[in-house]
Amino acid sequence: MTDQLPETEQDPRAVAAERRAAKLKQRHAAERRFRWFGRLSIAFGLAAVVFLFTDIIGKGVGAFTQTYVDVPITFDAEALGLTPDSTEKEIKAASFESFFKKSLREMFPEVTDRKAKRGLYAIFTSDMPLILRNMVVDDPTLIGTTQTISMIADDDFDMYFKHSYGRDIDAADQINRLSDSQLEIVDKLVKSGAVYTKLNTILFTNSDSREPELAGIKGAIMGSILTLMVTLLLSFPIAVSTAIYLEEFAPQNKITDFIEVNINNLAAVPSVIFGLLGLAVFINFFGLPRSVPLIGGFVLTLMTLPTIIISSRAAIKAVPPSIRDAAMGMGASKMQTVIHHVLPLAMPGMLTGTIIGMAQALGETAPLLMIGMVAFIVDVPGSVTDSATVLPVQIFLWSDSPERAFVEKTSAAIMVLLSFLICMNSLAVWLRRRLERRW
Amino acid sequence: MTLSSLLIIIFAASAVAYFLGHTRSQQIAKPAGGIRSLAALPSYYATMVGLWALIPSLLLVFLWLALDGSIIASLVKSSLPAEAKQLSPESLGLVLSQVENVASGIGSVESIGIEYRPAIERLQNLNAISAKAMPILSLCALAVGLLLGLRAVRADNNARYSVEKVFNATLFICSSIAIFTTFGIVFSVLFESIAFFQKVPITEFLFGTHWSPQIAIRADQAGASGSFGVIPLIVGTLLISFIALLIAVPIGLMSAIYLSEYASRRVRGFVKPTLEILAGVPTVVYGFFAALTVAPAIRQYGDAARDWGAENGIDWLANLAVSSESALAAGIVMGVMIIPFVSSLSDDVINAVPQSLRDGSFGLGATQSETIKRVIFPAALPGIVGGVLLAASRAIGETMIVVMAAGLAANLTVNPLEAVTTVTVQIVTLLVGDQEFDSAKTLAAFALGLFLFLITLFLNVIALRVVKKYREQYD
Repeated sequence: MTDQLPETEQDPRAVAAERRAAKLKQRHAAERRFRWFGRLSIAFGLAAVVFLFTDIIGKGVGAFTQTYVDVPITFDAEALGLTPDSTEKEIKAASFESFFKKSLREMFPEVTDRKAKRGLYAIFTSDMPLILRNMVVDDPTLIGTTQTISMIADDDFDMYFKHSYGRDIDAADQINRLSDSQLEIVDKLVKSGAVYTKLNTILFTNSDSREPELAGIKGAIMGSILTLMVTLLLSFPIAVSTAIYLEEFAPQNKITDFIEVNINNLAAVPSVIFGLLGLAVFINFFGLPRSVPLIGGFVLTLMTLPTIIISSRAAIKAVPPSIRDAAMGMGASKMQTVIHHVLPLAMPGMLTGTIIGMAQALGETAPLLMIGMVAFIVDVPGSVTDSATVLPVQIFLWSDSPERAFVEKTSAAIMVLLSFLICMNSLAVWLRRRLERRW
Repeated sequence: MTLSSLLIIIFAASAVAYFLGHTRSQQIAKPAGGIRSLAALPSYYATMVGLWALIPSLLLVFLWLALDGSIIASLVKSSLPAEAKQLSPESLGLVLSQVENVASGIGSVESIGIEYRPAIERLQNLNAISAKAMPILSLCALAVGLLLGLRAVRADNNARYSVEKVFNATLFICSSIAIFTTFGIVFSVLFESIAFFQKVPITEFLFGTHWSPQIAIRADQAGASGSFGVIPLIVGTLLISFIALLIAVPIGLMSAIYLSEYASRRVRGFVKPTLEILAGVPTVVYGFFAALTVAPAIRQYGDAARDWGAENGIDWLANLAVSSESALAAGIVMGVMIIPFVSSLSDDVINAVPQSLRDGSFGLGATQSETIKRVIFPAALPGIVGGVLLAASRAIGETMIVVMAAGLAANLTVNPLEAVTTVTVQIVTLLVGDQEFDSAKTLAAFALGLFLFLITLFLNVIALRVVKKYREQYD
């Protein structure tokens, strides 16, 4: 009578065990899923780093080469109206513009159409006559001789030659801005072997320009250096003094509490607000000039102070009290204890914080836009009161330019900025490792 | 004498004063039996004399620089012709700046009127006197300070006390710069905002739904309505910040959990600094990336989706319109930027949860993910919420990414595929370039600044409170 159990009925313990196994399987699956979410998040973050860098490098690497064309030019004394004995003033007054155009017309006699002629002149940078003039000013004996000149190609020609010449026609068409007659000339030049690319030194020796092929970042780099110098000279002593005061001397009262709250708040104030402060206080109230590294430095100082103060305080806190007690026990005053013992021991940490603050200041753009550092400036600034722009602002300005060649330049400038930042951060890491000490 | 050469002279003279003080203290010490007979070390006497020389002269130079412009201007005002004195303050300022230009050689007297000649001559005279008097007076102050300092070098005078007092005061002044900065921010945005609210009623600013800051100069000018309703900007800001947080919070949080609970030391040692690179990249670079890579890609995918929708007869997809500058592009890139911010804050909080809680949970048979979800996460939640609020305030205050990628049109929309504008974008666009300083358009930027400052301040205060309050509840 008990030999036949219904098939559906099972031992309750086996059922429970099965249910437990199923549940366990489910829980382990949940565990695996959870881990995968974690892995995917990290992968997303890492992919963003890799993608950002490859995108910028891929876009910018082209800017490190520039197309040149070797062209023989005869400095015809008659055409220029000059002799080898001409004075500098006469040379400067001579019309190199028409001479340059005439030389080109003689090289390509088949170009007769007015429009085609204009196209011919436009395949070289518009500064070419000026460059020729400067060559003659430097060396008047050139007059009457024939020289092979490395002519700087115009940005459209440059982009075409570097990125699409001899490649797939469809792809070439998309970015090609040269006219048909220009393409013929370019083709002829390339076949003659005169066109080549070499390292683009213009990028590092020139300042900003409306012509992409002549635009460089020297002015912006100098501006950044001057601005950072002002920032460093002001923020380091002020921040270190503040940190020392708050950690070592400040009495516990309302005023110090208020100072602390202020510092923490300032660390979280958006950077545009500091630009508003700079505009209202330094420029409108004190009447200081716009767009100079001095004001930029002031604004960035106020912005980086909290960063440096917070890390300097941490560094001072890390110095063990026994050192202070020992110095006091030897009869040193509080000030002597701090200056002779605490400060040197806390210095590495303070420097690390300062470098990180400077890196922040180097990359900052928004507040500088408001105090007028967006001006188009061709001269390289020589002092902190000269008009200047800084590297991130230069990047912002170029990124807004309609010429396609500026995309390349912008990416190249970003690469320069990022390499400065990586250097500074590695220095901070190295300093921390090197000078870290344990008590 | 230029300012920089004057400053160099003052510093050089102070260095000389230091050595004079040093020699003098030793001269005094010698007959009395060496430096042991002095109340302080010679270097303290030297520093004291140096400070006596430096501080009064420097103070004089800075006060002079700060005040001479306004004093001279008020003196010149009295020499202005009678009709100019009746002008309103704004036009008087204009006249004064014209006078200044002519006095410094830009333009001629005839251009502003011959009756201004006495004022111009007065200004030139005063400027010349000021330029001569400042170096002379400051050098006098330096000499007097030096003599007083040298007289104070006495064996019974403990120079250390006075030197340390000066140092202490300097330290205090430096630390109060943070207060001055905060006051500077508050007052600079507050005064301009008050001026703005006199032109535009505050209710229109807070509740208006139309933002178009271009003010018509002529009556018939197109596209210049001059309305200042901040709501489209708030909606745009919130939309972009929301998208950014949607990306940054889950990814940052999961990264932090994985790195602190699962990852080996080696993986952690590599991944954590790599992720932190994202926090160090300048925002202008993200802006460029958003504008040139992400936004076109989104547009391309949007167009492809629309074509596909049109082919397959899916109506809502066929009507998809993707703007070339979109809230989505700016939001995604901003989200990537604040991932390390969220992850490092959450990392700290998760690490602060005591091991005993984990062990207790494991002891009850929970798996690792169950422990994290049911024990660690609830325990760390207040800290995480604080971290997210800090990230949100950073997203709201972020400027360059949205300036470059989100557009300028003030659309009142929550569609992430459209161009929107944010508070920070408008602050920048209103103030970049030359602008007249008393128009509602410029002042609006300061009102927006005040608004932004208050919002971020509020978020930060709450966030810090939350983090602080729950940080040590297990210890």
